[in-house]
Amino acid sequence: MDLGKYAETVLWSYLGAVGLISALIGLSLWQAAKTRRALRDAEARIGQAHG
Amino acid sequence: MSMWEYANPKKFMQTSGAVLPWVSGLAAIFLITGLIWGFFFTPQAVNFGSTVKIIYLHVPSAMMAINAWIMMLVTSLIWLVRRHHVSALAAKAAAPVGLTMTLIALLTGAIWGQPMWGTWWAWDPRLTAFLILTLFYLGYLALWQAIENPDTAADLTSVLCIVGSVFALLSRYAVNFWNQGLHQGASLSLDKTENVSDVYYLPLLLCIAGFVLLFLSLVLLRTRTEIRARRLQALLLRERMA
Amino acid sequence: MIALLIRDLRLATRSGGGFGLGLAFFLLMAVLVPLGVGPDPTTLAKIAPGILWVGALLSCLLSLDRLFALDAEDGSLELLATAPIPLEGVVAVKSLAHWAVTGLPLTLAAPALGLLLNLPTAGYPWLIAAFALGTPALSVIGAFGAALTVGLKRGGLLLSLLVLPLYLPTLIFGAEVIRRGTQGLDAATPLLFLAAISLASAALLPFASAAAIRVNLR
Repeated sequence: MDLGKYAETVLWSYLGAVGLISALIGLSLWQAAKTRRALRDAEARIGQAHG
Repeated sequence: MSMWEYANPKKFMQTSGAVLPWVSGLAAIFLITGLIWGFFFTPQAVNFGSTVKIIYLHVPSAMMAINAWIMMLVTSLIWLVRRHHVSALAAKAAAPVGLTMTLIALLTGAIWGQPMWGTWWAWDPRLTAFLILTLFYLGYLALWQAIENPDTAADLTSVLCIVGSVFALLSRYAVNFWNQGLHQGASLSLDKTENVSDVYYLPLLLCIAGFVLLFLSLVLLRTRTEIRARRLQALLLRERMA
Repeated sequence: MIALLIRDLRLATRSGGGFGLGLAFFLLMAVLVPLGVGPDPTTLAKIAPGILWVGALLSCLLSLDRLFALDAEDGSLELLATAPIPLEGVVAVKSLAHWAVTGLPLTLAAPALGLLLNLPTAGYPWLIAAFALGTPALSVIGAFGAALTVGLKRGGLLLSLLVLPLYLPTLIFGAEVIRRGTQGLDAATPLLFLAAISLASAALLPFASAAAIRVNLR
């Protein structure tokens, strides 16, 4: 495949966009995992205290 | 069965948990096919060269940047009128996604503009309007960050979102007006969709669908996180009280 | 309501009320910019409308965080919220008072600063008209931003982040009026837009601001 004289332009924009999207996905997944874990811990702890 | 059933956090968690893998899977399929098709299997345009491939990122992200704000506006209104927490949290969840979309649109636009217009940045009405939209997203997110009480934050950000929508729209027209005043006739039309031929159209549609699904799955995921965070906060509070 | 207006004006003009600070800031802007850009008269004349409006925006912003914060601190805001006059009216009156101590002096001082910035003579009527019609919008929009951040301990920075994007249409149309006025073009259209923004925000935004204050006092 030949991207011609604009190869750099196209590659950089794809890299930048994919990078931004993956950063957002990564952040969302990380936050999701973190809160899920924290919530499970808290529920387990409170369950013990009551049980 | 009405759509308001999903305003119940428990019901929402159940349904969204079941739907999320499908939506995100579909998003991945659409995006990957669309982008690979667009990147590898479309010809170069006569006057744009290979830069035409950037539209597969630029156009969908720009669309989603605006749609995300509209969705935030709708969910904010629902929160203010019907007080469903899920709605407010969905608005909060959508904001970072919308911000990322504006950034992608601006970034790809700047990279495209460099060889095409000979400059990274021009004060073209559309570019300027997007920059302004970025500012609105930043302000909205900053307000969420700043307020501790979640209900107060939801109320205030909703009001800001509604007022901000009016002013964002106004800015859009003001910017149009302003640039015409600057250089009459000199048009840097970004309306590439007008001259998109069929070869580019199908992969573009795929990419748009992919971005919509990506947005949807990210918002679902982030809303679930927000609901869990709220529940966690409530639990910790109860623990401290007991 | 008139009593409230007088009270606010008196508080603002008393020493330590911040009256004149905005004006001094405005003057400083007009002095700093030529020092930074260089004394070339044609350049200055070209950028004068923009400088004047940006100066007005920023000096308006300076006094916004005290608009409700002082009343919230000593509890008088809660009294006002439960007073027989509607909170929307309170917000409107407070914005009016804010305009009287910032927007009005700015409008009066603007021609003098235009002189410093070498604004062409044809622009002065438009300059005064644009400031007179545009600065009320700055106070009303600013009151909305101040209402949003009234419950926060350190709301000043956030306030500017929230309010400045809302100021954009006013800035664009305001500077456009002066620019067209100096070039002898038709400046009536942006002036009408400017007036429309001021009137519409004065009519509608107090409701949003009052709602925000109620939420913050809850």
